[in-house]
Amino acid sequence: MFRIGIDVGGTNTDAVIMGDGKVLTGVKTATTEDVMSGIIESLRMALDNTGIEGDEVSSVMIGTTHFTNAVVERRHLSKTAAVRLCLPAAQCLPPMVDWPDDIREAVGNSYWMAKGGNEFDGREISQIDETELKDIAREIGSKGIGSVALCSVFSPVNDTMEKQAMEIMMTVLPDADFTLSSEIGRLGILERENAAIMNASLRQLSSQAIRAFSDALKKVGLSCPYFITQNDGTLMGTEFVQSYPVLTFASGPTNSMRGASYLTGEMEAIVCDVGGTSTDVGALIKGFPRPASTTVEVGGVRTNFRMPDVFSIALGGGTQIKPGNPVQISPQSVGYRIFEQGLLFGGDTLTATDVAVGLGIADIGNAEPAKALGEDTLRNYKNKIDEMIVNAVERMRVSPEKIPVLAVGGGSILIPETVGILPVVKPENFAVANAVGAAIGQVSGEVDRIFNLTEMSRDAALENARNEAIEKAIAAGAKADSIEVLDQEDVPLAYLPGNATRIRLKVVGDLDG
Amino acid sequence: MDESLRQVTAEDLEAIEIGAAILGTGGGGNPYIGKLRCRKELRKGRQINIIPLHELSDDAWVVSLGGIGAPVVGVEKIEQGEECLRALYALEEETGHKIDAVISSEIGGANAMEPMLTGAQAGIPVVDGDGMGRAFPEMQMCTWSIYGHKSTPSAMADEKGSIIIIRDTTSEIALERFARATVVEMGAAGAIALAPMRGSFVKRYAIPNTVTQALQLGQSVLESQINNSDPISTILEKEDGQLLMTGKIIDLERHLKGGFAVGHVNVEGFGDFHGKLGEIYLQNEFLVFKLDGEVRACVPDLIIVLEADTGLPITTEMLRYGQRVAILVLPCHDLLRSEEALGVIGPAAFGYPEIIYTPLVRNSSREGN
Repeated sequence: MFRIGIDVGGTNTDAVIMGDGKVLTGVKTATTEDVMSGIIESLRMALDNTGIEGDEVSSVMIGTTHFTNAVVERRHLSKTAAVRLCLPAAQCLPPMVDWPDDIREAVGNSYWMAKGGNEFDGREISQIDETELKDIAREIGSKGIGSVALCSVFSPVNDTMEKQAMEIMMTVLPDADFTLSSEIGRLGILERENAAIMNASLRQLSSQAIRAFSDALKKVGLSCPYFITQNDGTLMGTEFVQSYPVLTFASGPTNSMRGASYLTGEMEAIVCDVGGTSTDVGALIKGFPRPASTTVEVGGVRTNFRMPDVFSIALGGGTQIKPGNPVQISPQSVGYRIFEQGLLFGGDTLTATDVAVGLGIADIGNAEPAKALGEDTLRNYKNKIDEMIVNAVERMRVSPEKIPVLAVGGGSILIPETVGILPVVKPENFAVANAVGAAIGQVSGEVDRIFNLTEMSRDAALENARNEAIEKAIAAGAKADSIEVLDQEDVPLAYLPGNATRIRLKVVGDLDG
Repeated sequence: MDESLRQVTAEDLEAIEIGAAILGTGGGGNPYIGKLRCRKELRKGRQINIIPLHELSDDAWVVSLGGIGAPVVGVEKIEQGEECLRALYALEEETGHKIDAVISSEIGGANAMEPMLTGAQAGIPVVDGDGMGRAFPEMQMCTWSIYGHKSTPSAMADEKGSIIIIRDTTSEIALERFARATVVEMGAAGAIALAPMRGSFVKRYAIPNTVTQALQLGQSVLESQINNSDPISTILEKEDGQLLMTGKIIDLERHLKGGFAVGHVNVEGFGDFHGKLGEIYLQNEFLVFKLDGEVRACVPDLIIVLEADTGLPITTEMLRYGQRVAILVLPCHDLLRSEEALGVIGPAAFGYPEIIYTPLVRNSSREGN
């Protein structure tokens, strides 16, 4: 049986078919306005290239920028009710206060603040008020809003109030979708609440996208199950995506990094994914991207939920080089128009690719127009490009160890043979590493809960969490004997009664079939 | 020429946010939330008026106030919004004095914003100055305490409406301890207003013009981003500082000790500093800088770590392996250099008795007037 990986990026939709762990074909097509026709075309090309029939495919993994784009472009966002449990605290800055006006309007700017919330040590700021929450729910209903984001002060430490509030409000709004901030973000109420509201505003789009993906696969004769990649490099089933669409944010860079790791066999490395207009640099730890530790902005909104730590620079294959002293590596790029505008294809724009071609580093197009600039000049430009890459890579290194740099993406000819002292590895199929990363997606199960250690030992609590995570992974489609613990941490919570410890544990396993 | 700030606009707040974080010398808490709150007051039509020290009348009553608690709690349990205002009113009631102006106890970090907020709400001006000219971890380290002001009675307020008056303590440090214990009970976030000071005292002992300084520092960074110029050299020129080093963080160690983040950072030089090793010692703020083993700067002068490319400040919790940084020192005000002051905020007070403080020499005599 074969697996298909698809990665829908801003410019290209890439697809690969993999069998026995090997890449059988990789194709690139242009991303289309409606997304789906691009997917259909790339699938048709990949299937035609290999002659593989639809019923020989066991699963399809899709990485998509669909939901990120909806936020960035403020399109297809549903009206959302933000309800914060906090009073009397936190009323000076209402939900969405730091959002750009256009996106706040796009989600309807509807919010309520109610009694509830906890102190850092677990005490209640105030008690939850059932009548108040039911009144709010009725107002939400009368405004015709179908998606609610709930956020309680200190809910990452204690999520009870968010759950209670959901149950109370569901009695009035039985058909509404609820997003709990504690299930998405961490401490830092504005950023966590922002992520929850964005998630809530995407849930309708998420349901539509899932239906559209099904239709697209059927059109090319695929009836196997399919999965969406999330930004930690694992897969989500369709039901899960409908509840947590924000977890797909930044899955593109994640897929590239995972694909680079798979194609090279390197588990600890820095990955440079060079596209037409920009380069994403990230770090791999145990073959998975390192998560960001600070706030990350999506479409102008600050969030703090799990995202890969990616540093982007405006340097890609189509980046314009403006001669002069000192030379300017312009943030502008001709992007996919390099085929008309680049010197090497008969155009009149000097691009980063021209510099590489002129120096004989790569052999595409016509090198002569670039060569005419003289080797010293080109060398000078290349040094400037190399310097940008070295700085970006250095920024992502977290230790003095000499780990390799993995160069992937269509523009990766720009990466020199060493970056500072670090060796560079360029895998075969580098141009479609992102689709490979999607295709090899594993399934995870995660537990993040507070355990009371007066009732059980720490070991018993960890065991308990591990079993629960394994069960979740199996339920999500993982092969039982392939499951391993990827990440485990237990943090004792000071001042909480009863020796409370927060255990976070994540397991991953291979997809069954 | 009077370049000082008179009224704060929403645009100014963006610059003050950056400038206050730079003056935080690695600590002081994040001014982001305070900026959002001040912006909201301005949108309501309220004004943030700034009064220069020399315009303050000698018999005016001035209150130093701000937030107190754990910075990590401050970003989760945001204030109700009028905590400082309630503490101020409680103090008026307790002392019987009508308060004419407020002032920041600490311009570095989050408490740069708090008096602006209260000033806007109460309709009184904010004095262009503060009690530290930077950030320090404890209240008795401000010039009011160092130069003999008795900060009791103090008033504390939380979001639930509690008001606690600390009427008297045996020392300024005892007040700090009672206030810390009280704020834990308040959920580790609250407000405190210290006993009113006379205008004559504030004029003599406040670090002058620091609100304007924060604004100008932030403007330097923002303007250099727009003009693509080097923010570091602009700051050095305007602030009379020195570049200690440019380099990359190659080692980093931090741990908690007695409620403070303590640790050190090693920096490998690049550019003009190639081949040199820098070391920074920190406790919430950056305290000491050594180059190749030799002390080049220490408290109370301001050791500032900025991102080399953008000029944006890096706080102690944001430090990371591999960061490219510029390390600067700005001269502190003479009020922080006296014998009395050095006893409280000199290197020995932070556990470095072997270091003798040598004041950073200024190139010009722009301060002290």
